[in-house]
Parts: sequence; structure tokens; C-alpha cells
Amino acid sequence: MVLKIADNIYSPLGKTTEENYAAVKQGHSMLRSYPAGTMDLPEPFTASLFDWDSVDLIDGYTHFESIVIQSVRRALEQTDIDVQAPDVQFILSTTKGNVDLLDSRAPAFPPDRVLPGVSAQYIADYFGFSRVPLVVSNACISGLSAQITALRLLESGACRTAVVAGADVQSRFIISGFGSFKALSPQECRPFDIERIGLNLGEAAATIIYTNSQESSQRHTLTEPIANSQSWQAVRGAVRNDAFHISGPSPKGEGSYRAIRAALGDEPASALAMVNVHGTSTLYNDEMESAAIDRAGLLDVPVNSLKGYYGHTMGAAGVLETVLSMRALDDGIVLGTRGFEDLGVSHRVRVSSQHSKTDRQSFLKLLSGFGGCNAAMLFRKEAGNKL
Amino acid sequence: MTTKQRIWITPTQVELNGTKLPVTAHGGALLTELYRQHVNDYPKFFKMDELSRLGFVAAELLLQAEGDRHSDTDDRAVILFNRCSSLCNDRKYQATIADKNDYFPSPSIFVYTLPNIVTGEIAIRNRYYGETSFYVLAARDYSFMQSVVEASFRDGTTRSALFGWIDCEDHDHFEAYMELVVQ
Repeated sequence: MVLKIADNIYSPLGKTTEENYAAVKQGHSMLRSYPAGTMDLPEPFTASLFDWDSVDLIDGYTHFESIVIQSVRRALEQTDIDVQAPDVQFILSTTKGNVDLLDSRAPAFPPDRVLPGVSAQYIADYFGFSRVPLVVSNACISGLSAQITALRLLESGACRTAVVAGADVQSRFIISGFGSFKALSPQECRPFDIERIGLNLGEAAATIIYTNSQESSQRHTLTEPIANSQSWQAVRGAVRNDAFHISGPSPKGEGSYRAIRAALGDEPASALAMVNVHGTSTLYNDEMESAAIDRAGLLDVPVNSLKGYYGHTMGAAGVLETVLSMRALDDGIVLGTRGFEDLGVSHRVRVSSQHSKTDRQSFLKLLSGFGGCNAAMLFRKEAGNKL
Repeated sequence: MTTKQRIWITPTQVELNGTKLPVTAHGGALLTELYRQHVNDYPKFFKMDELSRLGFVAAELLLQAEGDRHSDTDDRAVILFNRCSSLCNDRKYQATIADKNDYFPSPSIFVYTLPNIVTGEIAIRNRYYGETSFYVLAARDYSFMQSVVEASFRDGTTRSALFGWIDCEDHDHFEAYMELVVQ
């Protein structure tokens, strides 16, 4: 059984999972409006960005690497894992890593530092991981792809502990690119709302550490008790492709639907506290997800998107949104969808702007990305899940 | 898992299941030559960036050798690895935004600044609804790659995969080593 033993969110809203959850529970976000000329971009935009003066940057490491290291460090501190052990695998989810190094104005690093595997090796060496790090670069579903890969490697015995981190930093490269797609909203995003016009970009790092409990109960202990005595299990995950278009989702939500079915297995809809969706607030994505959820028979399950608190954090999203969803359910809460008011998709999914109470113990996380890929993952917390 | 077909493409040569295919061009032009000689019915090829052309052509030759595309299924995964991510196209995109007074970002270039797009191109061409995944390593490590692909069969639905190393630094420096593997 694959169980979470530690986590962290390092974002503009806070440096720990607790700080982030407290801020989100209050309805806060760091989405701010930036004027034309920011990063020499021609248009204004709204995004959730770090104040780099208050980030604990590490000498000799890029901004991207610094936030990964700060997140991983805080998660590792909750455990007594020996990262040098040969059965500990570091997996890094990122879409663009150090791409800002391609800008001639970027700080000087050797040219190969822009390669995600090389960057990951520098991060791994900082901690002393002895295994070669694995980078997952599967567009915006990377954060779930990485957790699904971890689940498989743990269950197959290829490793006994997986440290999964997800991160991306924003840059002129990325913001101009999404701008060229006309995918951005100049205001705060409005997932599933009738007036939504696009997404906001964001940056963050998040970490989740999994272990195979059958193998590890004698080997790892927690240095601090977790919030309650129940552990989160990564039950099952799936990645499926729309086979439709490289940048637009299948209108019928083909890949998302297939991923949902495969990840759900025989888990009844009535057991789900919520479906935490991708919910980027683009016209196409939210409509597609509502279609997939309807096809999967999940219209009665609460649906929420966290993009209104963080923007779209790309490689971080799958890890950050999973960790936050787990923390909220530990508190018996389904977080509201910040930015939502009136339903603007053609399938009647249950979205609310308000937090609500639940006593259900499992949830489904969905993501979709460029290249037509879709991921779904089922997480469950039960009294029996103890290390 | 068992390898059914394998292909190796470099800027100067192509080997399919150990047999060299005759080619006259080098570099990026080699990929276009392979497309015209062996495919020639998919004009989207010309919109693709170099990395996607490389992976697309490699997959086409493998599937033709197999004789059965296995289309309209979700039990075939496309799982690819490389070192350079989408660097070849990233540089091309960077050039369109480098000068704020000569600023012309285009979505058709930006979309290829993600390495996994090549897996999407293969899925679209063949109507593969199964898993598509992309991983980046600091260096090619075949046994690590194999362990990741073998673990992918734990998906429960996946029964075969297009698996391999598809790396492109620029149009004169690339390499594809791709296999069709079955459980």
C-alpha cells in the first residue's frame, strides 16, 4: 500500500502546507495584476508570482532550483529518510524548468543547466540522493504523471520511497507563449463561470513523499505526528490521450473520461468527497471537464478547482493541488472554487464558490494538458491506513 | 516485455531491425526524406518541430514494419525519454520574443516547446487513447528507462508500448532509438 508520509507547499501564499491551507481557507490568493512592461511584455496580465526578495534563494542555484530545494527540504524534515539509501527515488515534475536561462539577460549558468535532467541532478546532489533523478515533463499533467509513476515504481518494488516534487517558475517565455494562444485572462480567473475568459499563470513548488507501507513500516518513522492518525493512500492513477488535437481538448472529454474510469475502478461515486479538477478557467478546458465528469456519472459529486487561489502553476499543479486537497479533507472541508459565481458549462457539475463540510474520505484529482494528455488519480484515507 | 520492432535514426543513417535503410539526405532533411518515401499522406508533418518529426517518423516506420497499427485502442502506451527536452524548439521560440521591438510569438511554435507533444502527435495519427508520457534524464540510461516502462504495464490496461529515446538538440544533432514492445 502506497502511503503519503510527508508533504510541503512552497508558494507565494506560504512556505508550508499549513500556511498555504490557512490562507486558502480564508479565501486569499496572490493573484495580482501586473502592468504592460512587466518582464518587457507588451500586455498587462494577472498572475500569482513570488516576491523573490522573500524567497530563500540558494547561492549557485537558479530560482527554479531554489524553490524546489526549499520545498523538498521542508518535506524531508518531517521524516527520517536517508536520502542516500539506494531505494529512495527523487522524481521532479516540471514543464519548463530553467527555460528562463535562454534569455540573454538571465544570470550566467553553464549552457546545459537549461536541461531539466541536469538541473534535477544538481538538486539531487544538494540533498545527496544516490539514485539518478527522473524528470517528468508531460505538459500540465506532469504533477499527476509524476505521482502515478511513483506509485508504480513503489508497487513494483523498484524503490521503497519516492520523493515527488513539482515546480515551475514564470517567465517572459511562458507568459508570452500563453498570450499568443489568447489563453490568458487579464483579470482574476473564474473557473467554470459563465463569464470566464481565460487562465492566470502562477508559480510554486510542492512536494509529496510516498512510501510502500508493507516494505517500510519498520524502516521509516515520522519525527512529528501528522495531523491525524490516518494516512493518505495513493490508490490508483491513469493517463489517457484524447487522440484529437495537440493544443485543444477533445470536446467529448475522451481522454479525461477514460482516465477517470480507469482511476476510479470500482470506487463508488458516493465515496468521493470531491473531484478536484484542472479547472483552468479557459472556455475549452472547463467545458471539456464537465463533459467528462457527466460521462463518468459523477454529476452528483462536488467539483472544485484551485486555480483561483494559485493560478495555473503548471508542473507544480498536480502536486500542490493534491497536497492541498488532502489537507482540506483532513479538516473535513471541500474547498470552494474561488472566482466562480454562475455555472457556464453545458453539463451540470456541482461547483460552489463556498467551502463546504464533508465526512467522505476519498477524492479524485484530474488534470489535462497540451499534447492531448489527461490524468486522473484516486486518493483515499481510511482508519486502516496506518504506518 | 518483448521487443517486436526496433528502429535507430541518426542525422546520417537509419536502421530498422538491424537493417540499414537507403537514405541520401542528412540531418533534418533526412527526416523529410523518410517522410516522403515511407509516409507521404500526413501533411501535418510539415507543421511539426524537429523533435516531433523525429518521433513521428520513427513510430511510422515501426508500425509499418509491424503491419498493424492497432488503431482505436487504449492499450498501447507511448512512453518516450530524452535529455534535451524541447530545447531545439525552445531556442526557436526564444528568438521570436528576444527583442521586445521585434516581438512575434506564435502559438504554432509555442505549442512545441513541450517535449511530450511528440507523444500526442503519435497518438493523434494512430488514434491511441492510451497513456502518453514523457520523461527527461540527464543522460540516457536504458535499464532505468526499461524499469519505468515495465512499471507502466501495472496500469492494467496497457499491453504494448512505443518506447524509446527521442532526443533533438538541433537539426544536425538528434537521435531516435524506439521500440515496439509488448507485455
